[in-house]
Amino acid sequence: MVWSFISRTRGRGRFDVTDWLTWGYLILGIVLMFGPVLWVAMSSFKTDAALSEYPPSFLPFAPKTVMVEGYDDPLPLYEITAGEHRGEVLAQIRRIGLNAQMVDPQNPAEKINVKIGDRAPAREFAMAFENYSKLFERFNFMRYFWNSVFITVVATIITVIFNSMAAFALAKYRFRGRTTVFLLIIATLMIPPTINLVPIYLVVNELGLVNTPWGVIWPAVATPTGVFLLRQYMLTIPDDLLDAARMDHASEWRVYWRIVLPLAAPAIAVLIIFSVMWRWNEFLWPLIVLTRSEEFTLQLALNAFQGDLQTSWSGLLAMTVLTLLPITIVFALLQKNITAGIAQSGVK
Amino acid sequence: MFKPLTQAVQLGYRTAFNLFEWPMAGAQRLVGISRVAWLFLLPNLLIFGLFTFLPIILNFFYATTGSDAILLSQRPYVGAENFSSLLSCTDYLDPNSCRRDVFWRAVYNTGWFVVLQVGFMIAFSLVTALILNRDIPLKGFFRGVFFYPVLLSPVVVALIWKWILQRYGIFNAGLEDLGLAPVDWLIDAHWAFFWIIFVSIWAHMGFYTLILLAGLQAIPSDVYEAAEMDGASRFRVFSKITMPLLMPTMVVVVVLSLIRAVQAFDEIFVLTGGGPGSATTLILQYIYETGFASRPQLFGLAAAASILMAVVLLVLTLLQLRATRSQAEG
Amino acid sequence: MAVVELQKLVKDYAGFRAIHGVDLRIDDGEFCVFVGPSGCGKSTLLRMIAGLEEISDGELRIDGRRVNEERAAERGLAMVFQSYALYPHMTVRENLAFGLENIKTPKDEIRRRVDEAARMLQIGDYMERRPKQLSGGQRQRVAIGRAVVREPKVFLFDEPLSNLDAELRVVMRGEISQLHRRLGNTMIYVTHDQVEAMTMADKIVVLKLGTIQQVGSPLDLYNRPANQFVAGFIGSPRMNFFEATVAEQARGGIVATDEGGRRVEAAVSPERVEPGAPVTLGVRPEHLEIGSERGHPVTVETIEQLGGESYLYCRDSNGRPITVHKSGQTRIRAGEEAKVFLPAEAIHVFREDGSALERLRIGEEA
Repeated sequence: MVWSFISRTRGRGRFDVTDWLTWGYLILGIVLMFGPVLWVAMSSFKTDAALSEYPPSFLPFAPKTVMVEGYDDPLPLYEITAGEHRGEVLAQIRRIGLNAQMVDPQNPAEKINVKIGDRAPAREFAMAFENYSKLFERFNFMRYFWNSVFITVVATIITVIFNSMAAFALAKYRFRGRTTVFLLIIATLMIPPTINLVPIYLVVNELGLVNTPWGVIWPAVATPTGVFLLRQYMLTIPDDLLDAARMDHASEWRVYWRIVLPLAAPAIAVLIIFSVMWRWNEFLWPLIVLTRSEEFTLQLALNAFQGDLQTSWSGLLAMTVLTLLPITIVFALLQKNITAGIAQSGVK
Repeated sequence: MFKPLTQAVQLGYRTAFNLFEWPMAGAQRLVGISRVAWLFLLPNLLIFGLFTFLPIILNFFYATTGSDAILLSQRPYVGAENFSSLLSCTDYLDPNSCRRDVFWRAVYNTGWFVVLQVGFMIAFSLVTALILNRDIPLKGFFRGVFFYPVLLSPVVVALIWKWILQRYGIFNAGLEDLGLAPVDWLIDAHWAFFWIIFVSIWAHMGFYTLILLAGLQAIPSDVYEAAEMDGASRFRVFSKITMPLLMPTMVVVVVLSLIRAVQAFDEIFVLTGGGPGSATTLILQYIYETGFASRPQLFGLAAAASILMAVVLLVLTLLQLRATRSQAEG
Repeated sequence: MAVVELQKLVKDYAGFRAIHGVDLRIDDGEFCVFVGPSGCGKSTLLRMIAGLEEISDGELRIDGRRVNEERAAERGLAMVFQSYALYPHMTVRENLAFGLENIKTPKDEIRRRVDEAARMLQIGDYMERRPKQLSGGQRQRVAIGRAVVREPKVFLFDEPLSNLDAELRVVMRGEISQLHRRLGNTMIYVTHDQVEAMTMADKIVVLKLGTIQQVGSPLDLYNRPANQFVAGFIGSPRMNFFEATVAEQARGGIVATDEGGRRVEAAVSPERVEPGAPVTLGVRPEHLEIGSERGHPVTVETIEQLGGESYLYCRDSNGRPITVHKSGQTRIRAGEEAKVFLPAEAIHVFREDGSALERLRIGEEA
């Protein structure tokens, strides 16, 4: 069954070399594309101790510990692999040179000396959820998360409204200067904001928007991509519909909001997906505009933490996972629409 | 669970309509129906003017003035000094002989990066697209597999690979298992350069795969059937039918990826910080650091460097326009 | 209830005049049809009346009031579009109600009017469906219903039946006529199909290149076409035309010689022609007599025998096609030679400029 499913070839009924290569490539693809993300996700559940383990284990294991009478801290457990205590499980008190001073948890009074080569750490499966809870307690994670959500949602709403209004005007009205305006907007496709960083910063600064989310939101809401995408779609909406609405006492604003916008929904969905992706992942411009840490987006916070030597990998990994989670969920739900939308419009 | 959400969205939609209807209807009466189009264009044009067209002009003012003041009125005119300072070298092939040696290193790094990253990425994207275009089960799933990293933020991408490539990371552990010596991947200059190329290919190839795949799927299947009837070998089908018919898409993909590669910054900045030294510093990072991250902030120098970068981008964009046009005609 | 008056109405597009000063009065309760070939400006004229196209010059009056500057909706008209233009994202009920909601009609009033229109047009069973789920005829009814609920002074129809198949077209034609009788509103209807015009109109307006060719009742146009264009456009199959020269003026009409030198008598006013003037003779297929001893020699090429009537497609010695319509059946076979006779009282005579000479005796009416 499975075999016939996999070996479905171009109707030739033969599983030849190219099919082997194809499946080899696809499996390599899964490992290479998903593997790193999966590895980070796994690692994010490890305790700091397990993270510093080398070579690392795939699943989150933590060294087993035990409370032994007479000791304040929990002691790590070891299995003894050689020597007279072979097979026993002992707790280590301290290491002295090549020997370890150990104790049997059942019999805390007696101290045992074991060569360090004769013992292996006893481990247990343990998910370190505290990596995540720590984020909320210590790292002000919710603050950054909220900043990111706010910028993404507000910028996307404004982008959709502004772009669709412009697209409506360009698609459905004949007026002097229409071609000029359209070409002007398309021309800005050629001018990525990266080459205007300094003067855009001046404008944002003059408007008093530095270190506010609005400084990130406003400069990029008038996307030429969005205008172009929506205009092309709106051209396919028949003019008769708009005329019918006008005969039905609809003002131009009502024609736009009640007729054109709902009918352009497929194109708007594509723009929403793009806009969410752009804004959630945006890095360079927020990096320039937002310098106070309480205004940081998730991306900036991640970047700041990874540069900070005090930060442990455990927190960083958990934060990475939380940052990629929303996009991953959206992707899992809308995979088809996203890939189709991108293939059609050729924009990212 | 979705019902209240839908209701809330609908309510918001209606409220927004009512909010704008009265002023818009009034404005329509005021300007007349023939000029109503400008009302709809206004917000977008305002933003464009403020954050795109005005900055283009301002950029030239910054590039020709000095000092670290952000206000143009406080900046003395220095003519072409910023440009000449960027361009002064005794030997253009040796960044060390240049006055702005980091700029020239960034230029050379960007050059190499663009050539290698685009070259290999296109090759991998093409292979992947060809494979995904075969009659395989779970097509949609596999397309998603290769596309998934495209959606990840650059910072996340960089952190994922940083975690894998660190000295005590899983990659070195694997090497040691094979009996090889571990390497400090991001500290060795050559390896670091290799990895920024690798990671940016990993992160972006899914996008180009998707476009090439769309191009492949646009080739009518009867052409292939005719070739099969003609007894063409697989290689001949590929070289004489697939490639020529895919060429227009290919050109667009190449130009698009060139434009993107020239502006590469995010994941590299987080992954290596441009180091070791300036071994992986690209041009946009130079602009960012010169204008924003260092003190004093040399806005003029950054603007001048942006204009030089803009010239390169302009050439590439014109290429793209020609390519898109010939694709539309072909 | 309304009178629509067009006074020297002009439409200019950049560098091109689409409507050349049209004068027309459409009386209250009249069913007026604009007919003409595509590109004649009939739809443009309708859209100018509707308020969807700006009026470049001239005046449009509804009930005596100038409405040039009023917006489409304010003129109190309703329009049925060629493509129906139903809002695809709304149900039938929402489609009907949209216009009334826009003018803030009370909810129960909307409901009453929508239900009434639904009953009248028999669309009550699919009020909650979307346009996509309806057949062509159903969509057509909804489109008409949307106009009806508005209770407009004037209904405008822009080729509403052109997207339907032939059978449905006949049914809907009847329904629209019935609607007109029932509501008694002024209706303006645009079509390129002269059959629709003939069957539905009180008044037909024939347009060509943005000018009115003739205005009149269907039989007026059929019997007394003002010019060769109208004569050729109204009537199916088309009128046959023969080139001829005026030979003499007589008391009961004129005598002309055709290309073969044969004398043809025509019962038309001789006032506006001189002997020797070239003219075009027109005879409708149903008025040609075939099989007699006199007249034009023709070759019968194809015959359509429908049982109750027959069409004979012939060609004369100059290769000009001539269509003959004969009621009942015929014994003539394809390929045979025959003669067609042009009866004097059925002949239309057109001067070189296309204008018709007045007919003196009209067979059917006489």
